[in-house]
Amino acid sequence: MAAAVGRICGARLLKNYGIVGPQVCQLSTSTQGWTRNRKLLLSTLGVVGGGVGALLFALEQSVQASGSEAHPPHQPWSHDGWFKSFDHASVRRGYEVYKQVCKACHSLQYIAFRNLVNVTHSEEQAKAEAAEVMIKDGPDEEGNYFERPGKLSDYFPSPYPNENAARAANNGAYPPDLSLICSGRKGGEDYIFALLTGYMEAPAGIVLREGQNYNPYFPGGAISMAQVLFDEAAEYSDGTPATASQLAKDVATFLRWCSEPELDDRRLMTIKAIGMFSMLAAVTYYFKRHKWASIKSRKLAYKPVSKK
Amino acid sequence: MSMWATLNRNVFKRTSTFALAIASGTFFFERTFDLVSNTLFERINKGKLWNDIKDKYE
Ligand code: HEC
Repeated sequence: MAAAVGRICGARLLKNYGIVGPQVCQLSTSTQGWTRNRKLLLSTLGVVGGGVGALLFALEQSVQASGSEAHPPHQPWSHDGWFKSFDHASVRRGYEVYKQVCKACHSLQYIAFRNLVNVTHSEEQAKAEAAEVMIKDGPDEEGNYFERPGKLSDYFPSPYPNENAARAANNGAYPPDLSLICSGRKGGEDYIFALLTGYMEAPAGIVLREGQNYNPYFPGGAISMAQVLFDEAAEYSDGTPATASQLAKDVATFLRWCSEPELDDRRLMTIKAIGMFSMLAAVTYYFKRHKWASIKSRKLAYKPVSKK
Repeated sequence: MSMWATLNRNVFKRTSTFALAIASGTFFFERTFDLVSNTLFERINKGKLWNDIKDKYE
């Protein structure tokens, strides 16, 4: 395969014609272009490649349409857009929702209290948040494990000691760790928002087992997490009215931050990259014109030697 | 044009001064470039960043 591709493209495409080569090649009838066979082969390759791509795309689309779950509608997140940072007030409220509601069942094991500093909390506030939880530590000199108040360097404690305990407490369903859930689910924060606000009566014909609820956004419809967000289900320290959709929006923003804490930096990098590359593009453009000026303004005179 | 020529003569002709010009030019360029980008970022996202809201939670 590689040999064939090399034979097709290698020799002629990569050949160095020198700086006037391409023009000479176009102007002159004596240099050979691609042969008929080669053209045929290349266009077949192109058509087949394009066809396979289109087929894959079509298959993917049809699979999307064939599932039974509803697709989450897109919400106008304030961090959507090339240059848009997180709304940090919202991330902070989302943290409060996680702490008051989701923490009862879901771990968040890849986030440490120090991560909150200068994102949602000042250093003192983050220390106070950490001191509120008890962390299992040890062994001490006598080999015993003990509990102590959290420090900035501690990761968020998990509600259950292990997966089996979590399953046993939740009818056999495992509440997944939420650290990377926003990146791990199709639809990201749109999905989280739709899931948390989308609970409804199961339509006729859907059988729910013990402890299951109906949610059209959950694949299969039967989810083992009950609806947890209602109006006033959590309390905000900044006085924002805690409606169910406000809670869902804030916790979804918070979970996006957990999955992608570097988002703000990336947005800043976008600005810098655009600035830098546009300058480089200007230089490149100037340099190209500079180099080609002499070639393009050149006149070739062909004077046949008279035989006489 | 004459400014260019002066620059050429006094700075770019000698390798030592040329290198110095590159180094200091890089330094100042990067400082201003970062400053401008950061200001732009903070202007676009005014009110959303931690620095804008931290005083609300005293
Ligand atoms: C009473 C315990 C409980 C609480 C409180 C709870 N969850 Fe869950 N959650 C579960 C369980 C159990 C599952 C697993 C459901 C399943 O697999 O059927 C789950 C699953 C999820 C999933 C994964 C869905 C998927 O696509 O697999 C997300 C996301 C989620 N919960 C978010 C939250 C958020 C956000 C909160 C807080 C607002 C929260 N949960 C509060 C028990 C809980």
